[in-house]
Amino acid sequence: MNGIPLEQGLIVAGLLFALGAAGVLIRRDILFILLSLEIMINAAGLAFISAGAQWHQPDGQVMFVFILAVAAVEVAVGLALVLWLYHWFRTLDVDRASRMRG
Amino acid sequence: MLNGLWLIPTLPFAGFLILAMAGARLPHRAVASIGVGSVGLSAALALLVGADYALRSPAGNAFTQPLWTWMTVGGFSPSISLTLDALSVVMILVVTIVSFFILLYSSEYMGEEDGYSRFFVWMNLFVGSMLMLVLADNLLVLYLGWEGVGLCSYLLIGFWYRDPANIRAANKAFIVTRVGDTALAIGLILLLLQLDTLSIREILTRAQAQWPRGSEAATWAALLLLGGAVGKSAQLPLQTWLPDAMAGPSPVSALIHAATMVTAGVYLIARTHGIFTLAPDVQLLVALIGAVTLLLASASALVQWDIKRVLAWSTISQIGYMFLALGVGAWSAAIFHFLTHAFFKALLFLGAGVVIAALADEHDLHRMGGLRRELPVTFWTFLAGAASLAALPLVTAGFYSKDLILNQAWGSSPGGPLLWAAGLGGAFLTGLYTFRMVFLAFFGESKTPVIRKPGTAITVSLVVFAIFSLISGFLQMPDLIAPVSVFSDFLSRSLPQAAAASGPRATEITLFLSALIVPVFGVAAAWWLYLRELGLPARIAQRPIGAALHRFLLAGWGFDSLYNTLFVRPFVSAARLNRNDFVDLVYGGLAWCSAQLSGRLVQTQSGMIRRYAVGVLLGTVVALGLTLFLKELP
Repeated sequence: MNGIPLEQGLIVAGLLFALGAAGVLIRRDILFILLSLEIMINAAGLAFISAGAQWHQPDGQVMFVFILAVAAVEVAVGLALVLWLYHWFRTLDVDRASRMRG
Repeated sequence: MLNGLWLIPTLPFAGFLILAMAGARLPHRAVASIGVGSVGLSAALALLVGADYALRSPAGNAFTQPLWTWMTVGGFSPSISLTLDALSVVMILVVTIVSFFILLYSSEYMGEEDGYSRFFVWMNLFVGSMLMLVLADNLLVLYLGWEGVGLCSYLLIGFWYRDPANIRAANKAFIVTRVGDTALAIGLILLLLQLDTLSIREILTRAQAQWPRGSEAATWAALLLLGGAVGKSAQLPLQTWLPDAMAGPSPVSALIHAATMVTAGVYLIARTHGIFTLAPDVQLLVALIGAVTLLLASASALVQWDIKRVLAWSTISQIGYMFLALGVGAWSAAIFHFLTHAFFKALLFLGAGVVIAALADEHDLHRMGGLRRELPVTFWTFLAGAASLAALPLVTAGFYSKDLILNQAWGSSPGGPLLWAAGLGGAFLTGLYTFRMVFLAFFGESKTPVIRKPGTAITVSLVVFAIFSLISGFLQMPDLIAPVSVFSDFLSRSLPQAAAASGPRATEITLFLSALIVPVFGVAAAWWLYLRELGLPARIAQRPIGAALHRFLLAGWGFDSLYNTLFVRPFVSAARLNRNDFVDLVYGGLAWCSAQLSGRLVQTQSGMIRRYAVGVLLGTVVALGLTLFLKELP
């Protein structure tokens, strides 16, 4: 664990976050958007772990457990929304679900 | 019994509330019994309270009943309290009794009108406000009643609101009296600032103590109060609204525009008489206004063809007599004339109402005639009222009150032969125009068929008023006939006594005889012109000078057109010029700009969730970048 410096961990976390964000922005399929969101969440988790390892504190890992819980909840709600989206619009394309325009 | 004073104005107000909330759903009989009954109870109570006051005569000759404190603002705390002195006893008796019989008359007269309960709602509110006005302990409560009666006057002139002409008349009455009301409001503020109180009793004592006779403050205060009185009492130069106010139903004209509201100005001046004695110039002005108004109005009454307009001009002229009396310091004579005038003028308006209804809404004296045989009760009672108005000697109330005014106009200090002569000339004209109306309406040939005859309620009211307008004069008689002075003795508890003409006995007899003979000459002239030489008035009116004079008098000395050119037209053209409201353009522009901006911003609300995500992301990046950038700065 000591072999990996903080910078490298954060760089990987940043790359993962950027990948996830790009996925959220580019993809139109709501399932892939949710997947990309998971990647972003895990990027944040990785950043916490790296920081915890750097300063030898357990807090980073505690935070990761919380993040996992939040991610699980998010998936549950997100999948329910996906089901309803499909039910209403017969599609998974989020751009088609744009009825709340001003 | 005096403690029941608060009930006197409260009963009509209660009637007003009940009728306002439930009147439209009640049958006519119930509406009439609430409307008439509440005022009748109030009249009975006023009689009891008045008798109690007269017998017990409370300390300081005034009984004050505080009800509650209206408000407390920075040391200024006017209370709602009622006060009863000799003057207000006379006022409440006249107001409640006259109102009761007029309402009784209306319960039959207005029977076939739409808005029967609306009529009683406003009439009850009027009676309540008028009682507040005359019972008020301080000027603020008086002003409350003052505005209340003004509002009811407006609402009742426009009672038949479907005709735009009636609405115009109502607006005119409201706006013209508002000129006077504004003067009165400024006067109240002046008194409050100068004397630090609005309580009438306090004002009079402090004014006596603080202001020297003829001082500037007293003059201004008296002038502003006079402004209010002139507006409400339709005196020169604000008299133009009253003839048009005849657009309302006849009972309204009888109650509001003859017997009670229009005499509120007389009451106001009598109530604040201490200020007027401190301002002798203004008091002389009161007398002059009265003298000029009474001549001008009785001349206009000579040529009117609408029976109610004759009576309206005659009201203006009779209030002119009251102002003349006030101006020469004959306070109790003014109130005495108010009393007799309330009876005989209410009677005349009610009689005119019967005539108008009998001839299917015919106001024109040209098309009346011969009603003596068709409507005998109306004729005899109308004759009693007309005799009292014309001041026919010895048997009528109007004779005694007018004689008292003429006598004191001659004898008291600001008075003199000139004011006396004006009053006497007015008495001649009064006899002439009154009996012109009687002869044209009731004598000669019948020209229009009678379709409606008065029933019990109307007849009772007419007869009661006829009795009052004959006998109420015996309360106060000149020494030459019988030394009766019940009325002025009673009023001397709250108003100072005027010096009667105390010259040699020959002068006294001359004054008395002239007041006795001149009205008879007026009536004789009317008889000669309108029964003997039938064509003569028409021939005079056909000559060029006669025609011009006729037009001039018919239009009320051209005041309406003068005010139209001076005030109404410039105002209307200014309003037309500013039709698009320049100031409003600025605010309209602001609203337009924000609407445009909002339209732009609405575009961002696309409903596309990924665009929102871009917004969130970009916002985060900018915020983070900004934090880092700011951290780098020294």
